[in-house]
Amino acid sequence: MAEPVLVLDAVRKSFGALKVTDGVSLAVAPGELHALIGPNGAGKTTLVHQISGMLTPDDGTIRFRGQDVTAFNAEKRARHGLARTFQITSTIASLSALENVALGVQAKASHPLSFFRNAASDERLNRPARAALDAVGLSERANVPAGSLSHGEKRALEIAMALALEPAAILLDEPLAGVGKEEGERLITLLKSLKGRYAMLLVEHDMEAVFALADTVSVLVYGRVIASGDPSAVRADPAVREAYLGEEG
Amino acid sequence: MSAATTTAEVTSVAPPRERAKILLPAILFLLLALAPLAVTIGMPAGWLALLTRALIFAIAALSLDLILGVGGLVSFGHAAFLGIGAYVTGIMITEGRSEALAILPVILGVCALFGAITGAICLRTRGVAFIMITLAFGQMVYFLAQALSAYGGDDGLTLYEKSTLLGFNPFASRTSFYYSVLIALAGAYLLVRGLVASRFGRVLRAARENPTRVSVTGFDVNKVRLVAYVISGMLAGLSGFFLANHTEFVSPAFMSWQRSGELIFMAVLGGVGSLHGAIIGAIAYLIAEDALSHLTEHWRVIFGPMIILFVLFTRGGIVGMLRKLGPRHG
Repeated sequence: MAEPVLVLDAVRKSFGALKVTDGVSLAVAPGELHALIGPNGAGKTTLVHQISGMLTPDDGTIRFRGQDVTAFNAEKRARHGLARTFQITSTIASLSALENVALGVQAKASHPLSFFRNAASDERLNRPARAALDAVGLSERANVPAGSLSHGEKRALEIAMALALEPAAILLDEPLAGVGKEEGERLITLLKSLKGRYAMLLVEHDMEAVFALADTVSVLVYGRVIASGDPSAVRADPAVREAYLGEEG
Repeated sequence: MSAATTTAEVTSVAPPRERAKILLPAILFLLLALAPLAVTIGMPAGWLALLTRALIFAIAALSLDLILGVGGLVSFGHAAFLGIGAYVTGIMITEGRSEALAILPVILGVCALFGAITGAICLRTRGVAFIMITLAFGQMVYFLAQALSAYGGDDGLTLYEKSTLLGFNPFASRTSFYYSVLIALAGAYLLVRGLVASRFGRVLRAARENPTRVSVTGFDVNKVRLVAYVISGMLAGLSGFFLANHTEFVSPAFMSWQRSGELIFMAVLGGVGSLHGAIIGAIAYLIAEDALSHLTEHWRVIFGPMIILFVLFTRGGIVGMLRKLGPRHG
């Protein structure tokens, strides 16, 4: 098996007496779609925050592309090629969809903070941004302010913003949350089209989506990984059924 | 084929909005360029002096709008930069160095240094804490000026000559003083406008709305804000240079917290974030102040509530009002 892109080793995080992340270890290989599931309050989003650098673990290490990034902050990890989306969509509402994506292209450009030239008409930014919008099916909506897009479109836009960073790995925090059935199916098709090209860690509640997409499934309960492996094996695991899947019959 | 049509449609939609963004500032600067003619056709000469003073404050309000309106940082100590600019001018003229090309680099350097040091500290905080700490730094400079006994201390410093530029005296006549300030304002406006539209400006704007998104995209939000803060302070210092030459006097009151508050009012009155709004706001503020102070000694009693009502009932200040009156686009 290829060297994993993302490796978590015994990561721990507590808020007061509450152990939110209790010794989590997992690895995501290049091109692998690794789903992280678990009941509400299992600590999934807190874990994603620690991987993306928005929170610092109390203990343990996070390795990304062979480098220990545990001490890196969020912007440094992003520059190393780690992109993420948020459980609650996070875009720049007043900027157009194209500009939102171009912001990501700009981060990878040779002069990300240049004072000169108009950024909005800069084709070196807009061309790759249009390609990313095209990849998520939003080319028609390029000039619409992000705040005026539908919920599902905002979800797709966030994915395009992640793609613009030319990432080695993408963290997807519940990309289907709050999305209707039709838009949800479109997003699943989109994620399928990205499979194999990026290492992805997918946090998701929609079991149908998880089992349709994932190469590997890990189950997080009370901050611990109680099972990890092949989707069908995880589904059959009695501990998982009891802790989580059982709830849904 | 269909992609080509979409881009064609898209570009044909964009221009009206762009045109509207250019139209108002273009009219504004045209009117300002023609304003001295009003004196020749009968307006009192003092009117031009008032307008000159308004344009000087417009530079300061414009510089504040870069961090306040564009960057979303409410600085309550912006008058400190204005005061530093005025004091550097006053001290250098007193010491016999009245050449503008000697004074301006010192102003820009001192303001950049002061901005970098205080900004680095202030930007560790957010919201109300940011307002309070910028206020504290502003007051620090205020008390420092009061303690400058060699240069007038509490009483201020009277200037017995004005700055020169390469041996010329651009500040000698009212009209050439006016145009000097107008040129500086136009230059500052184009600079800030270019900055806001640049890659740097896009990150600054995005960070006002969603700093978390900007940092997970790989940008150092604080660094961008600090650079904006420094540039803004340098421009405010430039307005201090003109103010000292215009009033021929500098005093600690130039950098009092009330003055910082007035600059915020000017930006809000005109409409924050639009840049030309800050210019309109500064002009409106100074003209209203002047008109009311002729009416009564207690003009502040009228002016205060007027500002409050105006801010309450006009979303987006004067520029927002004008936008509503103008033709609708799209």
